[in-house]
Amino acid sequence: MDFDHDTLVALSKSWGLFYLLAMSAAVMVYALWPSNRKRFTHAKMSILDNDDKPLE
Amino acid sequence: MVSQLTTSERQYALVTLLLLGLGGLAMAAMGRGDPIAVHGYIVLLFAIGLSFVVMAGYYAPEPDKERLSRYYDDPTRVGIVLSIAWAVVGMFVGVWVAALLAWPDLTFDQAWASFGRLRPVHTSGVIFGFGGNALIATSFHVLQRTTRARLPGQFAPWFVLLGYNLFCVVAASGYLIGVTQSKEYAEPEWYADIWLVVVWVTYFLIYLRTLARRKEPHIYVANWYYMAFILVVAMLHIVNNIAVPISWGSAKSYSVYSGVQDAMVQWWYGHNAVAFFLTAGFLGMMYYYMPKRAGRPIFSYRLSIISFWGITFFYMWAGSHHLHYTALPQWVQTLGMTFSVMLLVPSWASAGNALATLNGAWHKVRDDATLRFMMVAAVFYGLSTFEGSFMAIRPVNSLSHYTDWTVGHVHAGALGWVAMITFGSIYALVPWMWKREAMYSPKLIEVHFWLALSGTIVYVFAMWNSGIIQGLMWRTYNESGSLTYSFIDSLVAMHPYYIARAFGGLLFLLGAIVAAYNVWMTIRQSKLEAAQGKEDADIPLFARDAVQAGE
Repeated sequence: MDFDHDTLVALSKSWGLFYLLAMSAAVMVYALWPSNRKRFTHAKMSILDNDDKPLE
Repeated sequence: MVSQLTTSERQYALVTLLLLGLGGLAMAAMGRGDPIAVHGYIVLLFAIGLSFVVMAGYYAPEPDKERLSRYYDDPTRVGIVLSIAWAVVGMFVGVWVAALLAWPDLTFDQAWASFGRLRPVHTSGVIFGFGGNALIATSFHVLQRTTRARLPGQFAPWFVLLGYNLFCVVAASGYLIGVTQSKEYAEPEWYADIWLVVVWVTYFLIYLRTLARRKEPHIYVANWYYMAFILVVAMLHIVNNIAVPISWGSAKSYSVYSGVQDAMVQWWYGHNAVAFFLTAGFLGMMYYYMPKRAGRPIFSYRLSIISFWGITFFYMWAGSHHLHYTALPQWVQTLGMTFSVMLLVPSWASAGNALATLNGAWHKVRDDATLRFMMVAAVFYGLSTFEGSFMAIRPVNSLSHYTDWTVGHVHAGALGWVAMITFGSIYALVPWMWKREAMYSPKLIEVHFWLALSGTIVYVFAMWNSGIIQGLMWRTYNESGSLTYSFIDSLVAMHPYYIARAFGGLLFLLGAIVAAYNVWMTIRQSKLEAAQGKEDADIPLFARDAVQAGE
């Protein structure tokens, strides 16, 4: 297959759009998935812990 | 510091330094009259100097097992000190180049002091020297705290920190003797580039190995940003710097790209350097130190994830906005412009998330200059990302491009956002690292804050005015259809703004010097108290070692 400038343009103008849409959908689903809330809340609170030592 | 390394780590260090020294010697021998020989000698001296440090501590007793139940912070301490030192040097040269534009005689007739050579010393000094060291130092700190795991080894972090600084020294010294591949923010030549790849891959491996040992199930968002910074910078650096040297004994190389492809690769690199070096890494800093200092969790963790992926994937496409109205295909320019405008969404999501985190802690912002540094950084982040999206729009760009407006925009980001968040984080981190209650002088932090803020505002307003006047003068036609003003007319009109800009920069430099003094005194106090035995037995060792490194 001839892989020239026009091929790249066609790819970016078609699939370029779709994979970005698919990815943003995936990110939204991950971020907003209800059962992930607990993990995120734990993560954001955990840095405020003042115990300055590695966990065994 | 060497006493904290195990015997085998000390041996690794000596072998690495031996190899490095031999590499330097080879460069010096093969280079002969070429500038690469100068760099060979610098590398050789660096290797010899460090081997003396390692050998001096070689027979010190092995560190106790107890250390494994603490975090490994020695490289972070040295990184902070190096970062501050680079800040003072880089900003001093910045004031100098600013003054050169107002008073061109300040080159003192020396080739090395010409604008073209000093300017990259300034840009690399502040971006890579100050910013890069701060990123490395804070990333090691944040990584360990958020994963609750100690760094996997003690040799690799030193290799990364000191190897990176060798790169910075080779870069800056090269510019002065005329070594450059003429790619903005990627000026160092092929041998320095190869060295940086080795250092950078090691850096990424440290990250992966520590994450693999993590005790927290979820990887905190600050680490995502730091990792994006490390990974993408590696990718950008490798692709943009593919070049063929004219011989092994020559500093000169030629890029494999040419024409508009070269320009596109360069600005794909250049804009993503802004995105991943100057934004992602510092957002990582912000997402850790700001909530920590404010004592409040980040406003919305979900929003931080969404903006992370937005920033990461939109920025990749924005570089072509640097090449509006060039030979680059029109659709690629439009693509860059569109993504730049879309970028406003995740950027403002991050800035808004940061400011919303402070809701309920505004009294702390009022009283605590450290937190105020971080708050102002978030505000400037919001302002300069808005400005950036705006300037990327093609018709706006036709006015702003090649004028001082661009310079003003960059400095709104670099002074207002990057430097402010870094100083804020350093002021938060230094007392933790040197086991102090607080910095030596909170008053001096206050002084620094106002110097930095007023310096930034003077600088940015001077460049806005200057840039827009310049842009308008260059596009004003008279009745017969020719340009009303010659280029020299616009240059004369810039003169007062160049003086104002140099003054704004000077204020910012003074602030950095105040910071250096404050950090130095904090370390000294810690050392003094340790010497007087006021603290428990295992802390003095840390403190004493750390101070030696700083001096």
